[in-house]
Order: sequence, then structure tokens, then C-alpha cells
Amino acid sequence: MQSMRWRIIATLIVLGLGLAYMMPSIPGVSGSPLGKFLPGDPVNLGLDLKGGIHLTLGVDMDTAMHNNLARIGDDLKTGARDDEIFVLRPKVISDSRLEIILLKGDQQTKFEETVAKYSPFDVESMEPMDGGKVKFILSVPPQYRDDIEKLTMDQAIKTIRNRIDQFGVAEPDIRKQQGNRIQVQLPGLQDPERAIRIIGQTAHLEFKMVDDTADIEKALKGILAPGRELSVLMNKQGDGSYTESPIVLKKDSVLTGEYISDAKVLLDNWNQPYVSISFNARGGAIFANLTGENVNKRMAIVLDGKVYSAPVIQEKIGGGRASITGTYTKEEARDLAVVLRAGSLPAPVVILEQRTVGPSLGQDSIDKGIMSAVIGMALVLLFMVIYYGFAGLVADIVLCLNIMMILAGLAAFGATLTLPGIAGIILTIGMAVDANVIIFERIREELRRGLSARAAIAEGYSRATLTILDANVTTIIAAVILYQFGTGPVRGFAVTLILGILTSMFTAIFASRILFDLYTKSRSESAKLSI
Amino acid sequence: MGLQLIKPNTNIDFIGLKKIAFIISAVIILAGLASLAIQGGPKYGIDFAGGMIVQVKLDKTTEISDLKSAMSEVELPGLVVQTLGLEDDNEYLIRTSSSDITSKIVREQVTEALTTNLNGTGFEIQRLEMVGPKVGADLRTKALEALFYAVLIIAVYISGRFEQRWTAAAVMAAALGGSIYAIGLTGLDMGFLIVAAMAITVGLCWYLKLNYALGAVAALIHDVMITVGIFSILGKEFDLTIIAALLTIIGYSLNDTIIVFDRIRENTFASKGNDTFAGIINRSINQTLSRTIMTSLTTLLVVACLFVLGGSVIHDFALALLIGVAVGTYSSIFVASPILLGFGVSEPVEQEVEA
Repeated sequence: MQSMRWRIIATLIVLGLGLAYMMPSIPGVSGSPLGKFLPGDPVNLGLDLKGGIHLTLGVDMDTAMHNNLARIGDDLKTGARDDEIFVLRPKVISDSRLEIILLKGDQQTKFEETVAKYSPFDVESMEPMDGGKVKFILSVPPQYRDDIEKLTMDQAIKTIRNRIDQFGVAEPDIRKQQGNRIQVQLPGLQDPERAIRIIGQTAHLEFKMVDDTADIEKALKGILAPGRELSVLMNKQGDGSYTESPIVLKKDSVLTGEYISDAKVLLDNWNQPYVSISFNARGGAIFANLTGENVNKRMAIVLDGKVYSAPVIQEKIGGGRASITGTYTKEEARDLAVVLRAGSLPAPVVILEQRTVGPSLGQDSIDKGIMSAVIGMALVLLFMVIYYGFAGLVADIVLCLNIMMILAGLAAFGATLTLPGIAGIILTIGMAVDANVIIFERIREELRRGLSARAAIAEGYSRATLTILDANVTTIIAAVILYQFGTGPVRGFAVTLILGILTSMFTAIFASRILFDLYTKSRSESAKLSI
Repeated sequence: MGLQLIKPNTNIDFIGLKKIAFIISAVIILAGLASLAIQGGPKYGIDFAGGMIVQVKLDKTTEISDLKSAMSEVELPGLVVQTLGLEDDNEYLIRTSSSDITSKIVREQVTEALTTNLNGTGFEIQRLEMVGPKVGADLRTKALEALFYAVLIIAVYISGRFEQRWTAAAVMAAALGGSIYAIGLTGLDMGFLIVAAMAITVGLCWYLKLNYALGAVAALIHDVMITVGIFSILGKEFDLTIIAALLTIIGYSLNDTIIVFDRIRENTFASKGNDTFAGIINRSINQTLSRTIMTSLTTLLVVACLFVLGGSVIHDFALALLIGVAVGTYSSIFVASPILLGFGVSEPVEQEVEA
């Protein structure tokens, strides 16, 4: 029989490919010499099986826009001064608008030109004020806003990736998601809280001058001189906690973390760790000038809005180095060095979702999943043989083939196996025999009607095939929808379910038929069929 | 021939049992609805409600009350301690409704409370999950959307497939899509949309005389309602995996129904008007009974293995499947087919309602 030969060849090819792709997933194979000859890698395991952290971070886009507007506003002010136009310090009034007051009304046209030259702003409105002043409301075009959002997201992802690389996690997975979110997956991590601290810290480093002449009492009541701000000085206590005390700073930062070229942990004379930072050439020059001009004054080192130390400048500091001495533990100092090296996040991030699975639970899940699969499968195999005899054996053989193909499929497509995914495979074990059951019951009916074994098999397969296709479509629809809307682990379930249904149709309709045909071919026309 | 659970000449009068079946279904569904009403809706897990859970494994068997008292001094909003999985797993879930507190603090508080109060029983924090309110709301919408689209697409598929009336299916799709879009404009929430979609589907099936589709949709709504109801009665929480289980149940229930309906269709053509429709339905159910039971058995067998051996994380998922598969099998025999009979006016066969 010509077609028979091709069917066998086709099945053997599929079988061979399936075996080749599945083999690496068997423990011990992928590292062995045999593994080198096999295509593909072992099946990817999801974080719920491997252990690790899944984080969804939300980038605070309002703050990012605010910072961005403030920066452009400052540039605009500097630009205006260069053109001899005098304006007050710009004020950000919403996440897309800026208020700026022009001191001399007759410079209005000239200022409009400056706005066009130095900023992406449109002039939204102009309002004359007392004393010839003019209040300008400037707004950013939507397109510009989109660009900033995209830029902020890209920069945030780059920074987080840098930090994770520096921290040293194997195979991190960082991706952008809708709604200004970033998904971070870190497999197999021992100390999740530390990783979260490193990833989530904004690490915005600024150097600001301390205003020691300011009246702290008044400042606490909200009375501050222009250009001053109230901040907190963190004093570390012996037990590692912090106490806070108020401190008044000059608002403008004189230098920021942008100019850092390196940061490392060193030990001081008392064996206390501190973070030594090196500035790049430009930063070094600014720092030298600054320290030269402000000898005997205090300079605050501000990290994410909090002052960690405010030493008195003893002398001009050349060489582009500074140190942050906050009485840190070694680990804290190391983590701070990591985040400073990797750069600051363009905006604060908040943890919107966190899922941490310890490695022991992951392994436990794998063991239990495999255990239920093996026992479930053994029961089904046994049940089928007892109930259908030889035909049951055929169903069992193709069921094994089916499971192999699911695993091979997962490996070949680079899909991720999750705990619900294992459940999907187990469910498939139960549902996959359904196709065979439908066929066998039909064959039994045809035999009862008096057909010969061969005719009954042909009739059974041809009548049952459409029914099987029909019935499986609905489960596939449900699984595809699940894949579309599901997240992580649930997607894994959808994938194994879809794969399992597709492979079960192949094995039950196509592969099992071959075994039946071979069986009947070797026997006489009138021979009985064990079904 | 091998073993036969169902003898070939079996002829159980399933249609005759429809009244009893309807009563049983109605009682279970009402009990579920009552439970939902009393609890003020389904009990959401942190996936949907937001909050934080900490899974701890103790190294020896401990009464849950001991663990509760160990945790009693911890001040976390909405703190709940519950057993996870099977008794001898010694796994417990500590849940707080707050997602503002950092996971670090919760970890420290739990560690401290258990270290000081458990008399040296060893423990391990195996899992910590935090879902913020924003993500929770998103996941809720996504889950409801998934259910909604499943109902929509399946309704269209079965109306076309069962009766080869793809025009009717297209009308169905357009009407359903249009009306849901209109309702959607009113800004009602997704849960309401699903109920509306189901009601409209049933109404359209009835109006378009898509009786097979009507029977199938009624059966799947029945299965989902019962599963949700039993879950609510058992005090189980709904999370993402339960939604996955519900969708699987929808697929499975339809699968079962389709097998029976296919046979009814086949027998209807073969009988050429010689039998009553009720007789045909009964014969079809009996003919496919063996398959229905076999498939349910193998599926229940593996799902039961998963339920018993699969571990705590997958426990409730397996339970949902267990309920769903059992109910799905029952409904294709006792719900879908009688409904088909009840509304079977589009059939060429004159039916006599004898039961």
C-alpha cells in the first residue's frame, strides 16, 4: 500500500523530530555529550517553577514630565538671559504647562522668538500684569509629550537593565508593557528584597549647598527665603536605623549624578565602608570650581531628596573625586555603588505587582507536578488497556507519543512551562484519549452492526474524525482566548492545552490508524479485533 | 470485545428524567447564587482584589489556631491566616489586604512573629505575592474580557457549525457585537456586560431558532454558574487560575455537548421522520453514553491526581476543573438535550412532548 508507506514515514519523521526536541529537557541529557547533537535547548521553566521574582513597575510619568518641564524651563530662562530678556523663575503648573513671567512688557515679541528658539513650547496665552509684567502660559505639544514618555521609558529600562547586569543575575527578562509599565523577571534569586531595593531606587544624586544662615524654626513653619528649600538630614544610629533632622538647602543643585563616571566601595581608616565616586572631566571641573568657591561652607549630598551627609568643604577638591560616607553596611555600600554606576532612573518607579517564588517551592511544584502526571498517566494507560484491550494499547502508545510531542513542541517554539502549564499537560493526558475513545466506540458500534474488523475500523475513523475536529475547536477557542488575555502562568496553561489538543488530533486520528492498519493487514479478513 | 461499562442496548429515558434534573440543577444554582448574595459577590483572591500573600511552610504539623495566635500581634490590615492545599502539607497562607506596605516589612513582621511565637518550629517563606490595586483592576478587566469574548466567539461558532446556518451566525455576531457595544457605551462594568452578553446570546438563539446553539450555551452557562456557586459555598477565592479553569470548563462542556448533538443530528437525518424527536434524542444520548462516561472518567482520573498530588499552589485550580468536568458531563446529557427538545421547532421532525 503506497499511502501506508508515506503515512509511516511521515509519522516516523514527526516522531524523530519530537524525540530530538524533547531529549534535552530530560535531566542530565542537555549537559552530556549527547546533548551537543540535539537541536534546541531544554524547555524554559517559568518563574513559578524555577523560583525567582516577577515585578511590574510603574514609571511615575507625571514626575518625569514635571522634571522635564522644569529642566526646559531653566534652559529657557538661561537662554532668555543670554538674549538680555529678564524673566522670573519658570513654574510648572501642570504636567504639560509652564508659567513664566516676563518682567518687561516691551520685550514680548523678542521673548516669543526666544521661546521658539530654546524650547519645544507653544505659547498658550499671554496676560498683562501689574507693573508692565506679562504672564506667559506655555504648553508642550502632544507629540513632544509622547516623545518624552517614550524616552523616559527607554531610559528607565536601560537603567534597570544596567543595574541588574551589575548586580549579576543570570537571564533577566526586562520588557516594556502598556501603560508606562515595565515587567522585570529575575529567575532564581536568593534575596528578593535586596533586588527590589536596587531596581526600585531612583538614585537621583545631587549636590546642593547648605544654607546655614536660615532660621530652621521659621522654615518648619513654611517660611523660606526665595530659592531655598527644606530637606531632611538622615542621621544613622548605631542600630542601623535613621533619625531625621531638618536642614535648609539652596534649591539649585550645583552638581548631579549625571557626571559620575564610576562608583566603588572603599574602607576608611576605621574599616567603615563608604562609596567613592569619580566624576568625568566635566563633572570634575565643576566640582573643583565649586569646592574652591565655597571653602568653609557646607555641601549636602542629596540622594532621592534626602540628605545623607553635609560635610564642610575644607579646601578646593581637584581630581574629580568625592565620597559618600553614610555609615553604611558593606552590602548597602555595594548596592549604592551599583545604582550610582548604572545611573539614576529618569523618574521614580513604584512596584505595582510583585510575585516571588522561593526555589524550594518551585522544585516542590515540579516534583509534585511530575508525580501527578506520572500517576495520572499510569492510571489512564491501565484503564485504557483493561477497557479496550489491543485498541487500548494502541491508544496508550499514541498517548505517550502525544506527551512527547507536547514537550518537544514547548522546547521547539521556546515556550515557557509553568505550573498551570504542567496542569495543562495533565489535563491533556485525560482529554487526549477522548479522540481515541470516540473512534473506538464508533468502531464497536460498527462491529455490532456486523461489519468486518477492517471495514469497522475504516467506518469508525471516517465517521469519528469530523466529530473530533468539531469538538476540539471549542476547547481551542477557549484556550486561544485564554492565551490572549492571560498573563504569565496562565498563558503557560493555554499553550500546553493548545499544543496538547493539536498533537492529540494528530496522534489519535493519524498515528493510531497506522497501528490499526498494520494490525489488520497481518491478519485474515475475518479475524476478530480486540477493542 | 473488551469491557463494556454501558451495554450496547442500554436505553435509559434521559428525557424522562429532565424534570428531576432541572430541579437538581436549579437547587444547586440557587444555593450558589444565595451564597454569592450572602457574601456580597465572589470572594476575590489578591489577583483581583489587590493585597499581599505570604505562603509559609512549617516543618511540623501545627494547628492553624496556633499559627493564628502566633500572628495575632502582627498589625497588618485585613490579616487572614488560612490553610493551603492538603492538611499534611503544613502550608499556610497569610494574607493582608494592603499593598502599600513594602514586602520587606511584611516579610520581617511575619518572620519575627513566627520566630518568637512558634516555640522553635522551623518555617520557610516560600512565596510572596503583591498585587497593587491598579494591576488588580487591570487583571479583573482582562479576566472578564476573556470570559466575555469566549462566550461571544463560541456562541457564533456553534450557531454556525451546528446548524450550518452561517448567515444566522453572522446575524448573531452582528447583533451581539452591536448590542454589547451599545451597552458598553453606557459605561457599565464588565461583569454586567458578560451577563448581558449571555442573556442576549440566549435570546438571539431563541429568536433565530438556533436551537442547538441555545442548548449548548444554556449548558455552558449552567456549568459555569454551578462551578462558581460551589466555589462560593466552599469559601474558595477567585484568582487568575480559576478563570483559566472556568474557560477550560466552557471548552470541555461544549466539547461534550457537541458530541451528543452531532449524534442527534445524524440520527435525525437517518430517521427520516419515523421517530419522535424525543426518541431520537434519547437514542443519541444512549449511543454516546459510553464515550461520554469514558472520557469523563479518564479526565476526572487525571484531574483527581492533580487535586491530590499536585501541591498547594494548583489545588484550587484542580478543584475547579474537577467540579467543572463532572458538571459538564452531566449538563450535556441532562441540560443541553432537553432544552434542544423543548425548543426543537426548527427540526423537520414533528415532535411530541411526551415527558
